[in-house]
Amino acid sequence: MPKRTPAAAATAALLLVIVTGCGDTGGSSASSGGGTLTVFAAASLTETFTSLGKDFEAAHPGVKVRFNFGGSSSLARQITQGAPADVFAAASPATMKTVTDAGDAAGPPQVFTRNRLVIAVPAKDPGKVGAITDLSRPGLKIVLCAEQVPCGAAAKKALGAAGVTVKPASQEQDVRAVLTKVRLGEADAGLVYRTDAKAAGTQVKGIEFPESAKAINDYPIARVAKAPRPALAKEFIALVLGAQGRDALARAGFEAP
Amino acid sequence: MSPPVNPSARPPWILLLPALAGLAFLVLPLAGLLIRAPWPTLGTRLGEGPVLEALRLSLLTATLATGLCVLLGVPLAWVLARVPFPGVRLVRALVTVPLVLPPVVGGVALLLVLGRRGLAGRWLDEAFGITLPFTTAGVVLAETFVAMPFLVISVEGALRAADPRYEEAAATLGASRWTIFRRVTLPLVAPGIAAGAVLCWARALGEFGATITFAGNFPGRTQTMPLAVYLALETDPQAAIVLSLVLLAVSVLVLAALRDRWVSAP
Repeated sequence: MPKRTPAAAATAALLLVIVTGCGDTGGSSASSGGGTLTVFAAASLTETFTSLGKDFEAAHPGVKVRFNFGGSSSLARQITQGAPADVFAAASPATMKTVTDAGDAAGPPQVFTRNRLVIAVPAKDPGKVGAITDLSRPGLKIVLCAEQVPCGAAAKKALGAAGVTVKPASQEQDVRAVLTKVRLGEADAGLVYRTDAKAAGTQVKGIEFPESAKAINDYPIARVAKAPRPALAKEFIALVLGAQGRDALARAGFEAP
Repeated sequence: MSPPVNPSARPPWILLLPALAGLAFLVLPLAGLLIRAPWPTLGTRLGEGPVLEALRLSLLTATLATGLCVLLGVPLAWVLARVPFPGVRLVRALVTVPLVLPPVVGGVALLLVLGRRGLAGRWLDEAFGITLPFTTAGVVLAETFVAMPFLVISVEGALRAADPRYEEAAATLGASRWTIFRRVTLPLVAPGIAAGAVLCWARALGEFGATITFAGNFPGRTQTMPLAVYLALETDPQAAIVLSLVLLAVSVLVLAALRDRWVSAP
């Protein structure tokens, strides 16, 4: 049956493409000047690191910086399971620890910035939230991060320090999800990082509260032990730790470590 | 309706090889789940409060969502199958959109319409004080949204396959259209409705994206099994495996129950 051969050949060709395609994604085609640097970073670093990545690309012609932003815990899990990352920037020492404990970090992580929580309310502030103690008021819809993720752990600590008991309407899976519910007006208030409230612009108002000092998150950064591009990884970390990085982080509302 | 098979024909290796690779690709991850499961502590882990709570909520919401799907989906399927009207193709396409729509998008859409500040939700809130996000009702709605197409497709197919002569005979005997629907059509397509409902239930049970977007995540109120799996993975992967096993077992049971109607149906 002559009709069968082309179809079979096409199947085989497709398989070949899939198989070879899978092995080719690590940026292994890079020569000395170019290549792709893969940075895994906490979701709260999205804006800052994106702009730092552009600076890095401008300073290293031919180099592409690829980011994987997400919840620190899932990023840490991806790295310990062998995801091809060069740099990991986590939103908490605890999530970084899972990577260092697994022997997947090259050298000790360095804390490069700190973030604190603010109360995020919709621009019109329908719940009339002024202070942290307002969060326990019945009838208000409050959303927090789940305790399993760093922003939730920080929220628990801050609320504990303030002696406030909150009955949240939802425990979201990351800080951006909390922000979204506040931004859409579905929640009257939420606890997010100061930088997230700032990134949301005029749609969200961030209210500082003194107890947030009890729950400041340190952000550690480390080179991944099996980094495909170790030299570039070192340079990127140097950029983040240097003056340029400090400036960008300060502009976004981060604090110096 | 299966094509004639020649049992003595040996499949060519060029087809057999990718077929086996495909089979391995689909089955190995499930096998991995079984191999890595913490079998010795499975019983105690399943009995833990949060797991039971998520399981209970999942069963409850999936069942309610299925009920809602049957209530709304059967008449919808009937209209699509039996009432000729202009634009029926478009409506049929729209009905099946949630099948291919990313569930998160469905959740966003629900939030924009039924949320507290949404188009209809604002009115619900002001007039009746009803808000749907962050409630168990919100979970049911999210699940209904993604599951209903399965029921409509299944029932519409059954209606098209049903012999119209029974309905015609009933009409010549003087039965009203409602009576015909109730006494003739419904019993005729009952197996189709049952199959659709089971499928619907399984889909609702596995719903993640629309639920977490629209209803949020709160243990005991909106945290269903898939959400619990996702969050457990952050801190306690073993618990995530246990929860996943439960969902896998349910899925396999549902497919086994539907073996004849769905898996080998034309």
